Order: sequence, then structure tokens, then C-alpha cells
Amino acid sequence: MTDTLAMPSAPEEQSIGDAYVLRGVTKTYTQKGRTVQALRGIDLEIPRGQLVAVQGPTGGGKSTLLQMLGALDRPTSGSVQMGRNDLSTANDKELAKIRGVEIGFVFQGFNLIPTLSAAENVETAFATNELPRAERRRRSAEALASVGLQDRADHLPAELSGGQQQRVAIARALVKEPTVLLADEPTGALDEGTRDEIMALLEKVWHERLLTVVIVTHDSAVARRAERRLRIKDGAIKEV
Amino acid sequence: MFATYLRRELSNRKKQSIIIAIGMALAIALVILVNGVSAAVKDAETTALSSVNGVGTDITISKTAKPGSGNQRFAFGSGDQSSASDGSTKLSQSTLAAAMGTATYSSSALKKVKAVDGVSAATATLSLRNSTFSGQIAQGSGTSGGGTTGQSGAGGGAPSGASGTGGSGPSSFNVDSFSVAGITPGTTKVGPMSSTELSSGRYLKASDDGTYVTVLDASYAKSESLKVGSTLTMGGKKFTVVGIVKSTSSDSTTASNTYIPLDTAQKLADLDGKVSNIYVSAASAGDVATLKTALEKVLPSVTVNTQADLASSISGSLSTVSTLVANLGTWLSLLVLAAAFLIAVLFTISGVGRRTKEFGTLKAIGWSNGRIVRQVTGESLVNGLIGGAIGTVVGIAAIVIVNLISPTLSTDGATAGAAGGAGAPGGGGGAPGAAQAASSAATAISLHIPFTGGIVLIAVGLAVLGGLIAGAFGGWRAARLRPAEAFRSVA
Ligand SMILES: Nc1ncnc2c1ncn2[C@@H]1O[C@H](COP(=O)(O)OP(=O)(O)O)[C@@H](O)[C@H]1O
Ligand SMILES: [Mg+2]
Repeated sequence: MTDTLAMPSAPEEQSIGDAYVLRGVTKTYTQKGRTVQALRGIDLEIPRGQLVAVQGPTGGGKSTLLQMLGALDRPTSGSVQMGRNDLSTANDKELAKIRGVEIGFVFQGFNLIPTLSAAENVETAFATNELPRAERRRRSAEALASVGLQDRADHLPAELSGGQQQRVAIARALVKEPTVLLADEPTGALDEGTRDEIMALLEKVWHERLLTVVIVTHDSAVARRAERRLRIKDGAIKEV
Repeated sequence: MFATYLRRELSNRKKQSIIIAIGMALAIALVILVNGVSAAVKDAETTALSSVNGVGTDITISKTAKPGSGNQRFAFGSGDQSSASDGSTKLSQSTLAAAMGTATYSSSALKKVKAVDGVSAATATLSLRNSTFSGQIAQGSGTSGGGTTGQSGAGGGAPSGASGTGGSGPSSFNVDSFSVAGITPGTTKVGPMSSTELSSGRYLKASDDGTYVTVLDASYAKSESLKVGSTLTMGGKKFTVVGIVKSTSSDSTTASNTYIPLDTAQKLADLDGKVSNIYVSAASAGDVATLKTALEKVLPSVTVNTQADLASSISGSLSTVSTLVANLGTWLSLLVLAAAFLIAVLFTISGVGRRTKEFGTLKAIGWSNGRIVRQVTGESLVNGLIGGAIGTVVGIAAIVIVNLISPTLSTDGATAGAAGGAGAPGGGGGAPGAAQAASSAATAISLHIPFTGGIVLIAVGLAVLGGLIAGAFGGWRAARLRPAEAFRSVA
């Protein structure tokens, strides 16, 4: 494990390989002396460019799995291979860097910064100041336009509808051109019409950008639109 | 992004920013004010000392007065009364005598002092008090006729009253008194004149010896509407005003109301060859203590005081205020400062707590811990600086207000002697035994808070410190947040 930080510079054999390979992944939470086995030995491969839906009851371990895929947390045991990086052994700093470069997140509650405008929220996705400021601005405006919100750039989240806020969040996830898009119940807080809109948008960016997309959802209508459906219950996974 | 985010947080979370800023502002304003008042009181003490003893004076020599001495007697002779047409008798008598609490000693002491090694200059003065009794006594009352003796209250103040002593019509009397210092004409380098400057006329000069000329304190001259060329009765003699002096410190009066040639003073007070104070300049400032010992050996029956001795004996409202400011003020400002810092810390921590999901999200999308800590610290630093700015403005405003009001402190009590402070009630009323300390003058000193750049520096320093402390706690809290907090379910 000497090269965990090396970012895949997209050699040919990588782009056709698996985005993720999970082996025997468990996650145990201990809270106030009580332990919860959120994941109990997950084995899973997700090929590059796949659109995967993860379903299951509340408390089944969907969000926990997404945190493993998203480099947000390390498993209690097992390995999470993302491209060349092993997320189960990387340190916090390395995980943060992987998140900043490779992964786009979309949350159920949108998770926009309430005091920042739509455009500024998108700009927060540039975790470092590597790109010049003007370039970051330009790309943010472009990303907002791609989700149809160019005329809402200066609005605060509170001044936008739920669907619009989720679009801003999608623009924020995509502006840094990640290889993976992870969405945790992205339509959970939205009404039916808006839900379809957001799903259509996610499908569109998946097509256009050849992203690997993992969508956690309760909603079978949403799940039915995915290439592949997984079901997690009591920390165990199975194909549907 | 850093600046934008910071600006947005401060302007969109105004309540929190305002509370933190107000706490800091209050504390910083208080620190500035307490600091300023302390400095002002210290200045006032210095001023009091130099106005009493002169700038170049290192040592003063005086003699402890016996309790009860210094009372004044009025001896009315027939020449002092005139009969009015209504039959009442008018009396007027002006007496010059040693001031309450002042003991005199032979002027030969000055020669001995000058002979001591290490004395660079010395001058002697005689502290006196002039009291004028004026009254009207109804005819038939038992106090007419020559040789009537009246006695004033405590030699100070201005007791006045009306009494129907005889029963056949009202009598009234009035006692007016002011301080008089007999000084060696031509001596301005050491002694009371050394801390004065001329506002008009001239100082006493050597040729004034034995003549009836006087130099007045500027504020006394003003209150009595006297100018150069006016005349003034002291000890029954008419004196011509030749000069008016004011204290070199704008906040203080001079040591005495009037100054007259020493030998004139001795003659009128019937104290030939007597002095009450000797002012000594040491040749070397480092040898004051040695010089004091040498002087005490030469003059065993008198009290020798250095400036340091005098400083510790300055009492009355000045030292009370000084102690109050030093103790209460310091503790109060420290307490408020600690409270403000605590408020800033608690609000910052709870602010981070409320933004758990926000910071978790930023971590989830790749922000480093360092970047988030910088953001939190930046916010609280700016909050502190805003508080500091407001506090500085409020503190300076408070200083300006205090300087406008210009509260007056008087150095009474131990410095009693020949009380010169206009309006100091019963100026001679101090315990006579304590009068040894300083030569004369209850000086009225107005408090003036000096404004310095140091004040702003203190404010900025405290603001930065408060901001950094709060930011450190907030940043520590933010750094510990897990990125998975982004997944916290919506409430
Ligand atoms: N941070 C945590 N601390 C303790 N228990 C947790 C934590 N996160 C999740 N869990 C527990 O792990 C299990 C799986 O949770 P989660 O992955 O959120 O399920 P889902 O997203 O499918 O509803 C649940 O029993 C939950 O209570
Ligand atoms: Mg969940």
C-alpha cells in the first residue's frame, strides 16, 4: 500500500475496469455501549459507468454503504478498492483529497450552505484553490446553466424551491468533473413531479459524462430506472 | 471563497455576530476607560506633588505643628471700628498668621541646609494664612469698645453668621481667609515658583525685599477679580499686585493663593527670623536618600521628606480614587473581559455545533480540516475585531466625556497646611499632626485622561486575542467533526 494517493490518470485498462471492488466490508458503530452492525460482510463490484440503485428498509445500512463508497469513513474490516486506492487504509487527509477530486455527493437534504448564493455554493466544490478564481467562477456558472439555473445564480438556497436546491447540489457535485456520483435519497425530500425531474437530470448527466452513479433510494419508481438494483437489509446485500 | 464565505456568514448570522461583538466591545471599552483613568490619576498625583513642592524639589523640610496651634485671634483696636449713622459699629480686621498645622522654625536652618554636601539649591518659605474679619455690631451689644477679642472657628473656611448678641438689633460678621506664602524674592528655580509660569506681570525680584508687593495665583486672582496693579490687604497692609502666576500644569492651581517677600511676611506675622518650609534640590537625583539622612543629622528637630515620602502621604480623594481605580477597575475590567471571551467562545462553539451538517458537507465534498478551521477562526477573528472597533469608539467616547466633565480631585487631608485650594471647605481642618508631610496647599486637580495610541493598540490586541481564543475553540470543535455528519438526517 505505497501508492494509495496516486490518482488514476485514466490509463485505458482502468477506464474499462471496476470503479469499486468491496471485499468483506463490515461496519460496526458503537454508541453509548451499544454496538450496531450496520454492514455485515459486503462483497461487491461496481463497474465503471454503471448506474446502480440501492434499495432497502430504513436502518438497513444504505447510507453506511454510501459512506464507504464515498471515502467518508473507513470500514471496521474488509477492503474498499476505488480504482487504485484502498479507501479502508487511507488516512483522513488522503480520503479528503480523494473526495475532493473523484467523488460528487448529492444528499437527501440538499446540504447547501444557507448563507451562500447558488453560484457560490457550486464554487465550494473546488476544495483547493488550484484553479484560478476566474476559472472556478466560469465553471460554476457553466455547471449552474447545465442544470437550468443560470438565472438563479445569485439566489440564496432559502429563495429556491426544493427541486431547484437539489439542482444546485447536483451542479456542485458535477462542477469538479468527478468520476463517481453518489446520491443518498436525492428525491426523498421532493414531491412526485420534482422527483421525476431530478431523476431525469441524474440520468442525463450519467449518459453524458459516463459517470459511475450510485443512487440510494426507498422509491421503487426511481430504482426501476437504474441499470442495476441492489437491496440492503440488516447490513447484508443482494441483487434484485 | 474564504472572504465571500466569511462575509456572508457574518452578515447572514447577524444575531450571533452582534452578541459576540457587543460583549467584546463592552469589555474593550471598559479596559480602555479603566486604563485611561488609571493613567489620569497617576498624572494627577504627579501634578499634585509638583504643584505643592515645585518641579526641582527633591526634599522638603518642615516641622510638626503642635495640636491646636495656628488658631487666629483678632484684636480689635479703636482704629478698626467706625460708627454708622444708625448707631451700629462696623469692624474690619485683617490678620496674617502661621497657617493651621504649620509650625515655624528659625531661618538659620536654611544656612545649615545649604552647607550640607549634596545640596545644590535650597530656599525657605513661610506659610501663612490671612484672615479678614469684617462685621457689623448693633449698638448696645456687649462687644463694642476696644480690645474685644474674637476668635475664628478653625482658621479656615469662612464662617459667617448673624447674631443678636445684645438683644437690641442684629449684628453680623464674616471671616474671609486665603493662603499667603512668604518666599525669597528672585528664587524661581527651587521652591513653589519652580512649577509656575507667569501669566502677567513679573515674579518677585530681589529688590522687592521688605516691600508690600505680591504675586497672585491665577485662579485666585480670577475669583477675586484682581489684576496686576490692583491692591489687596494682607495683615492690615495694602499690597500691590505685581504679577500673576499659574501652575505649569493646566490641571492644577499653584501652592498658595498669594506670594509675598519673605521678610515682609515675617514682619507682618510677627515671626521674625522664622520659616515654615525649606525646599531642597539635590545635586544628584540618585543620592536623595543619603541626603535625607545627612539633613536629618544637621536638623534633628524637623521633619525631612523626600518626594517619595510625600507621594505616599498624598491622601484624600486622589488616593481613594487611585486605589479604587487600581483595584475595582482592574478587577471589573478583567471580569468583564473574561466574560466577553467566554461568551465569544461559547457562541462560537455553539455556532459550530449548529453548523455541524454544513461543515460535514464541506468535508464530504473535499474541504480539508485546515480550510474549515481557518474559516471558523477567520469568522471569530473578524467578529472580535468588529467588537474591538466598536469598543474602541465607545471607550474613546467615554474618555472624551470624562475629559469634558473633567471631574476635580482634591488632595486634602495630609497636605493641609496653608490650604490654598479655592473652595476647599475648611481647608485648614486636617489633623494637625499629619501636616508634617507636605508643605502646603490642598490642590484642586482636574482629571484629564491622556489619549494615546497605546489605547488603540490595547483594544486591537484584546480583540485579536479574544477572536483567536474563540476561533481556536470553534476550530477545534469543527476539526473534530466527521465528514459523515453530512448524512445526518434532516430534522
Ligand atoms: N454514526 C452512527 N452511530 C451509531 N449508529 C449508526 C450510525 N450511523 C448509522 N448507524 C446505525 O447503523 C444502522 C444503519 O444505518 P444507515 O446506514 O443510516 O441505514 P439507512 O441509510 O439504510 O437507513 C442503523 O441501525 C443506524 O442506527
Ligand atoms: Mg439513510
